[in-house]
Amino acid sequence: MHDLILLFLENTRDSIYMTVVSTLIAYVIGLPLGILLVVTAADGIRPLRALNKVLGALVNLLRSFPFLILLFVISPFTRLVVGTTLGPNATIVALVVAAAPFIARMVESSLREVDGNVIEAAQSMGSSSLQIIMKVMLPESRSSLILNAAIALTTILGYSAMAGIVGGGGLGDLAIRYGYYRYQYNIMYIAVFLLVLIVEVMQGIGLMLAKKLDKRL
Amino acid sequence: MAEDIIRVENLHKSFVSHNKSTEVLQGIDLSVKAGEIYGIIGKSGAGKSTLVRCINYLVKPSSGKVLFEGTDLGELGSRELNQVRHQMAMIFQQFNLLMQRNALKNICYPLEITRVPKEQAKQRAMELLKLVGMETRANAYPAELSGGQKQRIAIARALASNPKVLLCDEATSALDPETTKSILELLRDINHKLGITIVVITHEMAVIEELCSKVAIISDGKIAESGDMAQIFMHPQSEAARQLIFPNRKSIPEMRSRRYCRIVFDGRSSFEPVVANMVLDFGQAVNIMFADTRNLDGMAVGQMVIQLPDNPEVALRMIAYLRDKQISVEEVSDHA
Ligand SMILES: Nc1ncnc2c1ncn2[C@@H]1O[C@H](COP(=O)(O)OP(=O)(O)OP(=O)(O)O)[C@@H](O)[C@H]1O
Ligand SMILES: [Mg+2]
Repeated sequence: MHDLILLFLENTRDSIYMTVVSTLIAYVIGLPLGILLVVTAADGIRPLRALNKVLGALVNLLRSFPFLILLFVISPFTRLVVGTTLGPNATIVALVVAAAPFIARMVESSLREVDGNVIEAAQSMGSSSLQIIMKVMLPESRSSLILNAAIALTTILGYSAMAGIVGGGGLGDLAIRYGYYRYQYNIMYIAVFLLVLIVEVMQGIGLMLAKKLDKRL
Repeated sequence: MAEDIIRVENLHKSFVSHNKSTEVLQGIDLSVKAGEIYGIIGKSGAGKSTLVRCINYLVKPSSGKVLFEGTDLGELGSRELNQVRHQMAMIFQQFNLLMQRNALKNICYPLEITRVPKEQAKQRAMELLKLVGMETRANAYPAELSGGQKQRIAIARALASNPKVLLCDEATSALDPETTKSILELLRDINHKLGITIVVITHEMAVIEELCSKVAIISDGKIAESGDMAQIFMHPQSEAARQLIFPNRKSIPEMRSRRYCRIVFDGRSSFEPVVANMVLDFGQAVNIMFADTRNLDGMAVGQMVIQLPDNPEVALRMIAYLRDKQISVEEVSDHA
């Protein structure tokens, strides 16, 4: 019984670890990418047609891979980075590659919600492009960014569970190893229940924060 | 001659959309002197917003020049242009406040971007809140304020960088008449107290009348007429000006068969005695079709449209009679 509890705790920890770490790294890449997509668009504050087209195409390319296929396709790269294709750290590499373009699009859509007239007002006051990004676009869209971050977290948690098929570690791995291969359905159900619980908590916190920080009433 | 703070020379602007180019501004010339309240009026789609955005280069002209204190904005890099914009603030119809910042922080924004120390910025913002009569709402978010209050915050924000010019694009068009009046008063106050040059863009004649000493009428991408407000009101030269000053003209019936005259009284004379005496002197009735009085930049000015008798000789003598009394008379029958 003790072993079982330990098993769940360990795998829950691994799931959360994989999800949080890969989301963070994915944001380090996806956030600037999303900002660039908005800023360099034809109606952006620094239109750059060629760059915008290239970035857009790259993001679309990566997003069109189903996650499981991506997992296999990039395994040589994964081995290069972390030395293995098994376990949480290997899964993180794949998760980051899959999530960064997805996050870039989410950031893009959040930033697009900012009223263009407010940006124009900031320009009329003599703001530099960097000031507009840092002091207008990001703060004005913070609620939407947070909501989308919660969605990103839950989506990445889902992906991380899928990586269980290739021994990625975490609750998904647990469910597949015990439930699918050894017919211990109870363990599988508990693992799934824990996944659902984590999603609910993340979603709830995101929603609460977004609401609290939004001053538009 | 006093220095022009803003000069616009032969300004053209075309927009290309769906591979079709439309020339919205077709050779605009303007000069605004320091300290003036300059009105630019025109119908919707005339190109007013485009023009005012060319003045601070939010919109880049297709050709022509914009000079601010003699500096050609077209020759500036983005950094220098931003420096000019610190001296040329703008307010908008939709206020365009930062929704996630409270009133005080909104006013601090232009100070933040010019790296004014925090405490100093806050102090200045409080002073400005007082100036616009909003000192009790420093911590309110825009969503908690009425339209008029939002515009007051926007004005305070515009003034934070100590600009020389304030550009107003339909600043009162989203407000009710009462609030409009109070905002116009505030703008006039700012002009008087701080000596800031104000450029007012509007489609409402009442705004121009209330506020401006100079006016330019923009129609179909060109300046139809510009000059002293009172002069243009009393002696409009262009059809566009007549339509703005006297918009109800079209509603007068049977214009063609009869002679109509628009007569304008400035502060020195008034309607009734002159028209009554004329009727008595001639023994002929005239119909009054329309009359109103307006306050033009502090001076009471009345206008009236009268229908003259059918007899052309009497009508001509009446016109002469009125002109003799130093009253501006203009026949309007041709413009039905
Ligand atoms: N970015 C743009 N691209 C294409 N056409 C534009 C653009 N901006 C303005 N126009 C066109 O230019 C014309 C003038 O627009 P502008 O907004 O300057 O008019 P306005 O006088 O301010 O009108 P309103 O009183 O309705 O605000 C309109 O026909 C408009 O469709
Ligand atoms: Mg407009």
